Amino acid sequence: MSTALQTSAAQGTRGHVEITNVRKSFGTTEVLKGVSLTVQPGGVAVIVGPSGSGKSTLLRTINHLEKVDGGYIAIDGELVGYEVRGNTLHELREKDILRQRTNIGMVFQNFNLFPHLTALENVTEAPVVALQPGDPRRKSKEEVRRRGLELLDRVGLKDRADAYPRQLSGGQQQRVAIARALALDPKILLFDEPTSALDPELVNEVLDVIRELATSGTTLLIVTHEMGFARDVADTVVFMDQGQIVESGPPQEIFSNPREERTRSFFSKVIEPAFNI
Amino acid sequence: MTAATVRTPSAPVTPEAVSAETGPPAVPESPTPAVPQPDYAAYRVVPARRPWHWVGTGFVALGVVAVLWSLATNPRWEWGVVTQWFTAQSVVTGLVETLKLTAISGALGFILGFVLALMRLSSSPLLVSVSWTFSWIFRSTPLLVQVLLWYNLGYLYEKITLGIPFTDVRFFETQTTTLISQFAAAVLGLTLNQAAYSAEIIRGGILSVDQGQLEAASALGIPAWRRNTRIVLPQAMRAILPTAFNEIIGLVKGTSIVYVLAYSELFYTVQVIYNRTQQVLPLLLVATLWYIVITSVLSIFQYYIERHYSKGAVRNLPLTPLQKVRRFFATHATTGLNARSPR
Repeated sequence: MSTALQTSAAQGTRGHVEITNVRKSFGTTEVLKGVSLTVQPGGVAVIVGPSGSGKSTLLRTINHLEKVDGGYIAIDGELVGYEVRGNTLHELREKDILRQRTNIGMVFQNFNLFPHLTALENVTEAPVVALQPGDPRRKSKEEVRRRGLELLDRVGLKDRADAYPRQLSGGQQQRVAIARALALDPKILLFDEPTSALDPELVNEVLDVIRELATSGTTLLIVTHEMGFARDVADTVVFMDQGQIVESGPPQEIFSNPREERTRSFFSKVIEPAFNI
Repeated sequence: MTAATVRTPSAPVTPEAVSAETGPPAVPESPTPAVPQPDYAAYRVVPARRPWHWVGTGFVALGVVAVLWSLATNPRWEWGVVTQWFTAQSVVTGLVETLKLTAISGALGFILGFVLALMRLSSSPLLVSVSWTFSWIFRSTPLLVQVLLWYNLGYLYEKITLGIPFTDVRFFETQTTTLISQFAAAVLGLTLNQAAYSAEIIRGGILSVDQGQLEAASALGIPAWRRNTRIVLPQAMRAILPTAFNEIIGLVKGTSIVYVLAYSELFYTVQVIYNRTQQVLPLLLVATLWYIVITSVLSIFQYYIERHYSKGAVRNLPLTPLQKVRRFFATHATTGLNARSPR
């Protein structure tokens, strides 16, 4: 184990993500070919790259929705999905994986709100049932409800608490999904193309909420195609292509002065030239 | 082309006529002449006439009246006999037996079907194949044969024993014929048959729920049992309910098949009566009318249960018939004060 990892764990920091040499294949296609990435607590890493480059898969390995075939992921020094005993790794039981996931919120491209529950019920479901006995985040039902309304207020939807997802616009649904992910007070938030399913005029209301979260001290990992947003919000931009990280660094560096030819050619295709009038 | 699109006016259009109507064609670039648009808002709207619609309606209405007329006036329907037997003690007792069979085998059948559906969707090859084989066997044999087979189980196995297989340990032993009564054979046959069908209905419902729902629930750390009962099943219910009610309504009438066991449910009861009185058709009508009553009551249940599970699936729930009646009276009966009352 790296010394950096041990120090961060010792300091008791929240939301240190260490991805080491992660590999993942679907059938014969290797979608992650040894990916390593470190995100500091409170950091904002934005992952960009062409479709099929493995961005979403990488994100999904962090909360063990995809099991890795090689390498490991550690959050604050604790391995995701495995337990170290002596010098062997034991796969965790379902219950312990679920406990780990309560520390990692996730926001999906297609929102995946529960359509038969109201906005508020979507937000309060997990805090009521997912926290195991002894977890300091466990609260009374009334307290959970109050906190749920607070979160809906934070994303600007307090007055829609009793609406069902299908009665909300796409942007509103995604904001409810963000409130739902925040409800467990996670150390890390994963955003998997949060604005890709939205109409252009609804994108900003979602990005504004994420912008606000970026300053809140929660670690964020965001997969997106919104380059302007990435430049604004990221402290690290990661460019992935064909299952590998091609390069990563501060946004000014990556966008204005990429070292790699592949990065340069990708940005030249996706960043719109200044609008000519 | 031109002949089809341009209507030739009856009078030949001379250049003078054109200039008299629309003015000299001085500005050919502007396509819209400055004709003031009349305000159509105040015009009366006359709906399009549909004469064939009325002819069709007339024919159907005539047919309905003819059927009702013959039902009322043909003395051979013997409505007097029907009303005499409709609420007779023996018929009501038979009706209760039918309801009992439906309720018990319906409930047990759907519970077993739920277990079979979960087995079929599990990752264990053994559970999958056991569930598949169960559905295969019970869907490929006639219900009549199944019921008779259960009733005659004593011929195949004289005694039924509960113990540890391949040892001499016995907890319980009895004669098959005392254990399998007519009622037990009927419930067994109906339940197992129902389970085979409902397993497929429930499995289909579960499969219709988007995979993203399970992913979102897992990502939130929601435990597996809760994921199934709170997230997946309520959404699956929308697909399950219409077919499930079809099955239960089928089962109500399907119970009549156990008359072969001389089990005195509704159908067997009326058979016994008409064999004695020779009033075959009126008594069959008594049974039929009761089946219609049960089905109608079930349909009302179906409407409200489906409505309950459509919460969130439709943007706004449609009004129930009762709410429609209330709104009708709220808007029409109290004219004046608050004629435009809210829902």
